[in-house]
Amino acid sequence: MNWTAVRSIYIFEMFRFFRTVAQSLLAPVISTSLYFVVFGAAIGSRIEQVEGVGYGAFIVPGLIMLTVITQSIANASFGIYFPKFIGTFFELLSAPISFLEIVMGYVGAAATKSLIIGFIILITAYFFVDFSIAHPLAMVAFLLLTTISFALFGFILGIWAGNFEQLQIVPLLIVTPLVFLGGSFYSISMLPPFWQAVSMFNPVVYLISGFRWAFFGTADVPILTSLLAIGLFTGVCLGIIWWIFRTGWRIRQ
Amino acid sequence: MANIVEITDLRKSYKDGFQALKGVNLGIEEGEILALLGPNGAGKTTLISTVCGITMPTSGTVTVGGHDILHDYRAARSMIGLVPQEINLEPFERVINTVRFSRGLFGKPSDDAAIEKVLRQLSLWDKKDNQIRELSGGMKRRVLIAKALAHDPRVLFLDEPTAGVDVELRKDMWQIVDKLKEDGVTIILTTHYIEEAEAIADRVGVIAHGELLLVEEKTKLMTRMGQKELEVQLTETLTEVPRNLQSDDLALSSDGHALIYTYDTNAERTGITKLLADVAAEGLVLRDVVTRQSSLEDIFVNLVKEDAT
Ligand SMILES: Nc1ncnc2c1ncn2[C@@H]1O[C@H](COP(=O)(O)OP(=O)(O)OP(=O)(O)O)[C@@H](O)[C@H]1O
Ligand SMILES: [Mg+2]
Repeated sequence: MNWTAVRSIYIFEMFRFFRTVAQSLLAPVISTSLYFVVFGAAIGSRIEQVEGVGYGAFIVPGLIMLTVITQSIANASFGIYFPKFIGTFFELLSAPISFLEIVMGYVGAAATKSLIIGFIILITAYFFVDFSIAHPLAMVAFLLLTTISFALFGFILGIWAGNFEQLQIVPLLIVTPLVFLGGSFYSISMLPPFWQAVSMFNPVVYLISGFRWAFFGTADVPILTSLLAIGLFTGVCLGIIWWIFRTGWRIRQ
Repeated sequence: MANIVEITDLRKSYKDGFQALKGVNLGIEEGEILALLGPNGAGKTTLISTVCGITMPTSGTVTVGGHDILHDYRAARSMIGLVPQEINLEPFERVINTVRFSRGLFGKPSDDAAIEKVLRQLSLWDKKDNQIRELSGGMKRRVLIAKALAHDPRVLFLDEPTAGVDVELRKDMWQIVDKLKEDGVTIILTTHYIEEAEAIADRVGVIAHGELLLVEEKTKLMTRMGQKELEVQLTETLTEVPRNLQSDDLALSSDGHALIYTYDTNAERTGITKLLADVAAEGLVLRDVVTRQSSLEDIFVNLVKEDAT
């Protein structure tokens, strides 16, 4: 294992993040604040409580998930697509490193970035609403798993993408709807039975539910099911990456 | 001496079915400078990319320092530095950071002294904190070389290092290459400039249509393939070649002051003695005799022409 290479990639990517740290952090903080103003204050004031939690606090886990998922995908997909786009990818291919090390470097950096952003949002949320975290360790673990698994997904996306449009269309067309319909702003139990059943096919539901459990101790689905779902998703992503690694798909001609 | 790079029956077909390498065999000796010449699309970049791990060979084997490039890729690639044909650099990155990154990628521990040495060697030290986009084209190419050298490779591939580089800088580049050779680095460079191969290479390989047409020591190649010209300068001016001397090999110079005789250096008899005797018999007075050797360029053009037919 070439750990020096993994660290080099990781540090290089993190530098890129810190170089533009203002815009990297400002954007999610502003959009989160807007969500709180619109959903928490304006709409939330008309909603009493959801599952025993004030609406403003109820949407905190969903909001963090929304941002963390989109950021993980965006960071990882861009991180690996960019060298392909500007042509510096040859260096990764000619270096004495395996695909695993490339993945660890890029996915590690992408996951770290979105983890930082996740915590910034958490802190921002404290300025708007009062809440406490029932299972802090589980919360961190969930956040970590989510950032890593979606960074893996983003990595696949970045390898697959042939242009910037493709890089953006998948998050826009698939991920954003799944996250919004995954119960970020509502409890699945508030839906009619039919849509509740449909929701069970949305993997993000399990994530948000599990994450919310870490905050408030209540969930739409059992916590173990949530863990299983995210484990499955991570496994599928790892499998695809392993296959890419084996075949050199979209990497080596 | 054992070959540091050994390429055996290397073939490459791209996905669209195009056969870019058709069974290349090539041994590269440690410490030599090998120039690969060939027209556009000959397969030079494909050959280099395959050895360096950027493209997958369709069949055949390559070893670097005895390590197979597929089965023992870590050991093989650790020995190689690659300067690609295209200038591929991150515009907003700082020079020193990209060079550090390259060193790290190859698994070498960070070493500021080593980085400084490479940057100084390429006259980039005073630009080390500049962003890439603030550099001139020639400087960018040198950054690429610095990145390739950052991990002290034993074998350096330079894919058209002097394309689009002015004469001054080209000479600089040759000096850098010379210096690297002194340090014992094996260098493989591709070029379209014959004079470049002539100036710095120990051996020359010619590629066309995915085939290695020949590899030979530069000096041998030039004598073996070389046609020589003998210019017999005269005191008087002629309007045509004297009847008694007329042959296919003899021509009159445009100003009529000299006879130009073309001969093959490999031939049993060059015919020079006879020619000079005939000239004397004709009553012509010699002013001077000059020989000229054909350049690699002529050889190259002839080879590629032959291959195309
Ligand atoms: N990715 C690819 N897919 C299909 N064909 C390719 C690919 N890359 C190169 N080729 C083809 O392979 C042949 C050799 O290309 P290569 O880049 O090796 O030539 P070259 O000798 O380096 O030329 P140049 O002097 O122009 O750099 C060309 O006909 C080219 O079109
Ligand atoms: Mg080329």
